[in-house]
Amino acid sequence: MYDTLRTENTVSDKKSKFSAKEVQVYYGDTHAIRDVNVEIEDKTVTAFIGPSGCGKSTFLRCLNRMNDTIDVCRVSGDIRLDGEDIYDKTVDPVQLRAKVGMVFQKPNPFPKSIYDNVAYGPRIHGMARNKAELDEIVEKSLRRGAIWDEVKDRLDAPGTGLSGGQQQRLCIARAVATQPEVLLMDEPCSALDPIATEQVENLMTELREKFAVVIVTHSMQQAARVSQKTAYFHLGELVEYDETANIFTNPQDQRTENYITGRIG
Amino acid sequence: MVSILSAVVLLLGAASFLIARHRAYAMAGDTPSRLHSRPGYHGFYSFLWVFLAGIGFLIVLTIIPNAIITQTLLGEIGTAKPDSVFIERQLILSDAKALASGTVASKTDELRQTIAARYSTLSTFWGVIRIALVVGAAVLAAFLTQRTVSLEYRARNRSEKLVRLILAAMATIAILTTVGIVLSLVFETLNFFSKIDWRIDKFLFGTSWSPLSGVHEGKMDADKVGAIPLFAGTLLITLIAMLVAVPVGLFAAIYLSDFASSRVRSVVKPMLELLAGIPTVVYGFFAAITVAPFLRGSGESLGLTVASESALVAGLVMGIMIIPFISSLSDDVINSVPQALRDGSYGLGATKAETIRQVILPAALPGIVSAALLGFSRAVGETMIVVMAAGQGANLTANPLEAVTTVTVQIVMLITGDTEAETAAGPAFTLGFTLFCVTLLMNVLAQRLVRKYREAYD
Repeated sequence: MYDTLRTENTVSDKKSKFSAKEVQVYYGDTHAIRDVNVEIEDKTVTAFIGPSGCGKSTFLRCLNRMNDTIDVCRVSGDIRLDGEDIYDKTVDPVQLRAKVGMVFQKPNPFPKSIYDNVAYGPRIHGMARNKAELDEIVEKSLRRGAIWDEVKDRLDAPGTGLSGGQQQRLCIARAVATQPEVLLMDEPCSALDPIATEQVENLMTELREKFAVVIVTHSMQQAARVSQKTAYFHLGELVEYDETANIFTNPQDQRTENYITGRIG
Repeated sequence: MVSILSAVVLLLGAASFLIARHRAYAMAGDTPSRLHSRPGYHGFYSFLWVFLAGIGFLIVLTIIPNAIITQTLLGEIGTAKPDSVFIERQLILSDAKALASGTVASKTDELRQTIAARYSTLSTFWGVIRIALVVGAAVLAAFLTQRTVSLEYRARNRSEKLVRLILAAMATIAILTTVGIVLSLVFETLNFFSKIDWRIDKFLFGTSWSPLSGVHEGKMDADKVGAIPLFAGTLLITLIAMLVAVPVGLFAAIYLSDFASSRVRSVVKPMLELLAGIPTVVYGFFAAITVAPFLRGSGESLGLTVASESALVAGLVMGIMIIPFISSLSDDVINSVPQALRDGSYGLGATKAETIRQVILPAALPGIVSAALLGFSRAVGETMIVVMAAGQGANLTANPLEAVTTVTVQIVMLITGDTEAETAAGPAFTLGFTLFCVTLLMNVLAQRLVRKYREAYD
């Protein structure tokens, strides 16, 4: 599978988008994430891999403070977006989440029309002054979500009536519509078939031109196909973080090697 | 006697169970898998039949002889005292029963003594027959089921089928009761309509309600049975109640489900539900004794005349009573909106308020509407509060500060008033039937909405 890696994947001199230092996450008494240090680069697809329960989703949710919505969850350490501490008291998590969009494991379109699903974010952030502008944002977002051609004739149909793959692309379009700087994707393809997966993966590669994309995935092939940087998490620790090609061809840590060669996980 | 017999039947059943199980074990020998059904099922099957036969005979032989004895003795009293009326005969009979059982009778004379003696003989006779038949049936059932125990016998399937039949019979009882109530309502209603010469329009659209004032030779005055003031009063009070209950209940539910910490929630929710546990009669005198004087006082200081019994008082207190229904049901509905939708909205940078208003409430709306409709039918049928706090005069007004009356209040007054039951029952049953139709309609509507809601999320 390594020969599918493109040569451009190995190039990296981009500026850092997220910078995390000594991040700890506790769920009640459980220490879920320990001492994670990571620099996430702009205009790059970064993949988090690791066995179930290793904390990769938890760490992802730290990046847009989605963990704030969980009562028992406590985050400490330093996470900076463009040099600004996102856990600072002056930062409004709502504004942060407008900048750091998120796509979830299971497609979760709102029980509204396709149009309203995409227009939801722009509406609440007041991004369009009139209907024409909103129409434009919706069309652009649906095009970026690679779903425009399939839904352009039925924008009034409910988003929940689409197929699984279409729903997920709708959710990506919905996330893109707020013009985020980073897009977090939590196992975006785990509920999709191979064809829909391929479409979403192609989409990630396109989105990379504009944003930093961070994905959590259980599929090592997927990480190898779409990402330029890969982080391997194990039992709440960040074991190894490097160019994707290096991780898959020349892992430094024994645990990483065991995982990618299929001996554990 | 009945309890002793039931115990005997149960004992017989238990014995039959043990014997059948033992026989099954013995037949299977060392290889229990040779039995089609496990020994316990053979025992259970035997027990079921003993129980059904015994209890079945017990019920039948308790109801039927009672009727037979009563009819025979009433006939005998009739021949002894041909000029007596029915109620008198019944009185004599109940005195005789009292004498026979040794308690105090209203009067003791020769006829009563004779009937008492006859009653004792007859009931002893039937009592013996009952014991014989019940025990006989149970023993016969035990004997017959013992013979079925064999390796191939499908005791499991058969006992499961019996259990299914018993369950179905129980469900039928519930349904038949409902059907019986509805039928009695319908017949009394038709009876009432025939008394007003089928002027149903006058009942439905008349504005003057005083049904007992125009009774003449069994006919009612169709001009005085207009139910509009009652329904208008009911509607007015219900409206006030909903205006109190829906906002308070809904906002409380939103607070509890999306804002309150789990600690606050664990305290507040049971306390809100405690409101539902307060008997309505307590709400009633709370309204009449505490709220009404307070409102009258504050009305006076504002220069308003508030009647001491008013639609406002009843409506306010009824609203408080309904809050827990609305809040508890809405809370469940709001909580059942998938977390994924909330996450989706928060992930797009929506605030809590935006998420609730634009995602959660639209998604939960059908459920909330059905909660409100359930509250509505509860308010329409509520009696105690309005009896104490709303007033009795059928007064057609839209002013909430005046006394109005409701359908339920009028039913209470008709039934507990001193007019003879047969005359008063007509209008009361008719009002009851109309009320039943309204609440039924509301409940059907609510269930429809709930079903629609379920389809949206599965």
